[in-house]
Order: sequence, then structure tokens, then C-alpha cells
Amino acid sequence: MAADSQLIARQPHKPKLAVWKFTSCDGCQLSLLDCEDELLLLGQEVEIAYFMEASSKVEEGPYDISLVEGSITTPADLLRIQEVRRQSNFLVCIGACATAGGIQALRNFADVVEFTSAVYAEPTYIDTLKDSTPISAHVPVDFELQGCPINKLQLLEVISAFLNHRAPQISAHSVCIECKLKNNVCVWVAHGTPCMGPVTHAGCGALCPSYNRGCYACYGPKENPNGESLCHWWEEKLGADRSTVIENLRNFNGLAPHFKVISEKRERGQKGKS
Amino acid sequence: MAGKSKTIKVDYLARVEGEGALYIRYDDHGVHEVQLKIFEPPRFFEAFLRGRDYTEAPDITARICGICPVAYQMSALHAMENALGLVPTEPLRNLRRLLYCGEWIESHMLHISMLHAPDFLGYPNAVAMAKDHPQVVQRALEIKKTGNALVRLLGGREVHPINVRVGGFYRVPSQESFQALRPQLIEARILAELMVRWAAGLPFPYSEQFYECVALSSPREYPMNEGRIVSNRGLDISVQDYEKHFREQQVPHSTALHSVLIERGAYLVGPMARYNLNYPQLSEGVRSLAEELGFKAPCNNPFKSIVVRCLEVLYALEEALRLIDGFQAPDEPYLVAEPKEASGCAATEAPRGLLYHRYAINREGKITFAKIVAPTSQNQKTIEEDLRLMLPKFMHLPEQQLQGLCERAIRNYDPCISCSTHFLQLHLQHEAKRNS
Repeated sequence: MAADSQLIARQPHKPKLAVWKFTSCDGCQLSLLDCEDELLLLGQEVEIAYFMEASSKVEEGPYDISLVEGSITTPADLLRIQEVRRQSNFLVCIGACATAGGIQALRNFADVVEFTSAVYAEPTYIDTLKDSTPISAHVPVDFELQGCPINKLQLLEVISAFLNHRAPQISAHSVCIECKLKNNVCVWVAHGTPCMGPVTHAGCGALCPSYNRGCYACYGPKENPNGESLCHWWEEKLGADRSTVIENLRNFNGLAPHFKVISEKRERGQKGKS
Repeated sequence: MAGKSKTIKVDYLARVEGEGALYIRYDDHGVHEVQLKIFEPPRFFEAFLRGRDYTEAPDITARICGICPVAYQMSALHAMENALGLVPTEPLRNLRRLLYCGEWIESHMLHISMLHAPDFLGYPNAVAMAKDHPQVVQRALEIKKTGNALVRLLGGREVHPINVRVGGFYRVPSQESFQALRPQLIEARILAELMVRWAAGLPFPYSEQFYECVALSSPREYPMNEGRIVSNRGLDISVQDYEKHFREQQVPHSTALHSVLIERGAYLVGPMARYNLNYPQLSEGVRSLAEELGFKAPCNNPFKSIVVRCLEVLYALEEALRLIDGFQAPDEPYLVAEPKEASGCAATEAPRGLLYHRYAINREGKITFAKIVAPTSQNQKTIEEDLRLMLPKFMHLPEQQLQGLCERAIRNYDPCISCSTHFLQLHLQHEAKRNS
């Protein structure tokens, strides 16, 4: 307890943390509540100033650090994200919705009017934008933490880095590297299972291959991916049909620029150079 | 002559999953209008599932809700198996039930400790509550971690698990890895009994009504993955007939569809409904504890749902231990079926209540139709009716307290607004007597 109070005393004021939700499933902000062992300690290090899912206490801005979950899909949220940016010193996007539009960005590839009438009998009540877009399409962001959902330990790392004025240590290499680090047998090489691991951002700990399953890219593209080559291999060597390739590029991170370009090419029937 | 009208506004309701609004218009004579407004930015799951592969339904629908992804995965894969004529083997069935136990534990403990308990003890959040009641919060978090551990082992991770598939699991963990969880489960079971006793001692506002409770029911066990859909007013149907008895309606004030029983209107799903309809299926230990504390079913006060959730957590921990002790490795981790033109449906018991899915697929295995009815859209109308009936009893309270009570009445349902809603804003409008 004494050590904790010293930590607090070091800061002129406890940094104010805010958590914002846009269009999303709540899973990424839940990662914060899933930090059972660290949550109470975190509560001593930062002031949880705005976190509607967890607290009815609302502190006025500005906020030192804002975590933003969700994508922008409504006219009202176009304005709200601007206000969040104005109120935030350091803005971190958490999860595939905030960084790449999320699963709901599948609407961007389709006709949203037809979508609305598939779900609602009276589509005229529904106020929605044509596209689902990531936060960075609207305001400058300070850091993006990928994943559907994010890894809670990586989230703690981002918050700690901020508190200690250093850059977050988040590796941008592929899931393949994580498999090697875990001594996993390669599901592709050994079993011929199509796997997105070679182009997918690390962070999950190579979960799917550890469960004998091909990666489905829920962490989005890694740094400098070569998706064209991967798709070529899927089609030519593993016999995957084009719709399977498109489905895997276009799920939770379908709007991530690298995935989007390749899936659209595939849809037009073009193949890039491999 | 019109009198002064007052409006109370809260920017939006805290400690619920998602965002929404409530509008209540009332005066000294009574309540005139109650609208639970749900502004969920539509995410169009049912639309964009069309054209996707049937094998993707569990992973895609999991993303409807970060709090109860297992529930979506379970309803989706049971519906697909129903379409394809796959019947899971007994060991696979038990493993799914074990995974569901894990989600009930983590989801219920999240609601009990972080979202609901601060209401009873007068704190804005669990972190503040932990300063004065460290034991309660720490116990709750320990139990929750046990649920997380179960979901992590069988599902790969707590949020959006990766290991379930149509037909079974990608990989079945070893018996040893399940056995390794036993000490933690046993410890959590002891803590859960303490949580039940603690919750039973909380002060509950009096608010009783006679709900039409709807839940799955099976002669075999307390319901999770299967059963007939029954109610305390005589409904007893197979899941296949769900849409003959329940209808979704669109209302202008909500982007979540309201679900009603075609013949009788509002109904209740969730822990209280399950408890009231399936009490005899709980273990003897859980029942005798409930009876010792005066919480024998039926429970018709939604504020007491916190006790029912604690009892369900205790049951889920016992059930998890039973399933682990009886663990049998399946011959194959999953069953395979060739896709064919077919349709199928299923309902399972999400932590928040009945979750119904129906799909049609074509010969190539692509989804041609999807329908999903989430628990919160089924409870929406009941929440409105609760407020309408509750408010007159508490009209004497100062407005701020009254408003707090309305917010609490909504939180009683653990509404999963991200499943069905987005923006919860509370407007309480007081219309002064029109005649002076």
C-alpha cells in the first residue's frame, strides 16, 4: 500500500483515462475489465474519468489518454469523434472496428439500402451512413492497437508506455513468427490447411494454429505483408476457391487497405503478380 | 391551463453494455409514456451473413457481442447442425456445456460485481467500491477469472473464442489440462457460496410483478444448449415453432426490434425466467442454499436478479466440476457433413436469456438467409412495462432518486445493448398537474 501511494505521489495529478464506444461489440473495452489482476492497480495509477460501461461517474475533459473502440457509422458519430479528439491529449484506437472499420464494414462492399430492408421492416427510421469507417479516416490518431478482439496484455502495455512516456512495444511481425516462438507445427506445411498467418499481425499468440486451425486474420495485416503472393499460394497450391480467399481477406479487417485492394482485385477477376 | 413541466436528463445510462436512452412522461396521476430508446447504429449482421460460408457463422455472429460471444457461437452452430442433420456426440455435447458454464460464470460475475453491485452499495463503479469493500470485489474477480480460464482453455481466448466450429471443436484439450483447473474451480465454488450469501443480504427495493417467463427447459438438466421453449403460462413448443409464437416488431424509437409473444405481448427471458421455470433442475446444494436464504423460486422482483445470478454462478461452477470429472475424449474433435440446400434453427440460453438463430444455406454451403433474435430485444418491452408499473410506487421520492431507481431498474436486466442497442439517454419528464 505504501509503495502504491508513493507512485501516486510522484505524479502532479493522476492522468485522466477515458474510454469511448462507437459502433462495436464492446469486446475490446471489456478487455480492460478482463484485467482482473491489474484493474484495481490501474485504478490507482490513472483516474478512470470516463468509462460508461464501467462507471456512472463522469469527469469533464480534457483527458490525458482516450481509448476509442468502434467504427464510425452514423451522422451523429461523425461529430462526436471530432469532440473526442479535441478533448484528448493522446488518442488510442483499440480493435478492428476502430482501426479498420470492423465486420460492419462489409456494408461498404454492398448496397446499404438493401441491407437495411433485410433487417428492418421500416428502413426509414434508421439513420446510418453508407460506409463504416475507421477512426483514422476522420481524426488524427496517436496509436492503433489491432485485433478482433485486442490482446488485453498489449492494451496494458500501451497504457503503461503512455504513463512512462515511452513508445509502446507492440511487435508488428506476422503470426508465423509467433508460431515459431511457440514451437507450433505449421498447419499449412504439415496439414495443407489454408492459413492467413504469413500476412497477419502478431498479438494473439498464434491462437488458431495452436488449435489446429488456420489463422483467419482477425488481427489484420502485419507490417509490409505480401498478400498477393499468399492468395496465389492459396489458390494454386491449396486449391482454395476465389470466394474463400475473398472471405478471408474480407472479414473483421476487410477495410484495412492492403486486404481491401487484394480482395477487390480478386472480385474483379484479376490476379496480381505473385 | 398547462402547468410547469420538468425534465430530468442523464447523458446516458452507465454500467450497461452499450448505449441507449429512456424517455418517461408522467404526472401526479400516473405514467403516460415509457420508451426504452435504442439507437444502436445498425450493424446489419443478418444482411451481410448472406453469401458467406456456413462455417463462418459462429465466428461472425460472435462479433455481435463481446460479452457473450460463446452464446452466439453456440446458437449459430446448433442451427447449422440442425440444417445439416448433424447430431453431436455425447462427449462433444458435454464440452460445449462446459464452455457455456465458463461464459455464464464470466458474464454473470462481470454484471454482479462491476455493473450491478455498485447500485446496491452506492458507488459509481467497482474500483471505488473496492476501496470500502475489497473482499467482495476481490472474491468476484477470482470467480470471474475461473470462468475466463474455462473459456480460454476450451475456446482459446475469453473474447471471441476461436476453437468452436460447426460439428464440434478444432482441437480438444487434454484431460490433464481440464484436471489442472479443478483446484481453481473448487476454490471458486467456495467463494461463490459466499457471494450468494452476501447478495442475499443486500437491500432490495420492493417491486414485484407477475411476468410471463420464457426459457428453454429440458427434463435432463438446467438448460443451456437445448430444450423446449416453455413459459409459466402454458407455452410449451419446440424451437422449430419459435416463429409461430413470437414476432419481432419495429418501433420508431428503437433500432432494436421488439420481440413479443403473438398471443400475449411482453415476456421475460434471462436468469430469473430460467430460475423460475427450471428450479427443480438445479443441484440439491444450490436449492438448499436458496431455501436457507429465503430465495426459493419463483423470484418476481427484478432487483433480486443479482441473487439469482450468484446462484447460477454457483451452479455453473458445480456443473463445470461435474463435467470435468466425467470428461471423455471424443473420438473425433468434430463431425463433418457435406453442405446441402437446407435450413435450420436453434435456441440456446445466453447469460441474458434465450438466443434464437435461423439460417438457410444453399448447395455450396453459402448462407442465403439469417435471422437472429437477441435476449435484450426480447426483454425490451418488459423493461418498459417494469418502469411503467414501478414508477407509481416511488413517485414520492425526490426526482434525482427516482431517476436513479429507473436506471437501476434497467440494469437489473443486464441489458446487452451492443447486441441490440447503442445510445441510452434517460429523459424523465414530469408533467405537473394540468388543473391548478
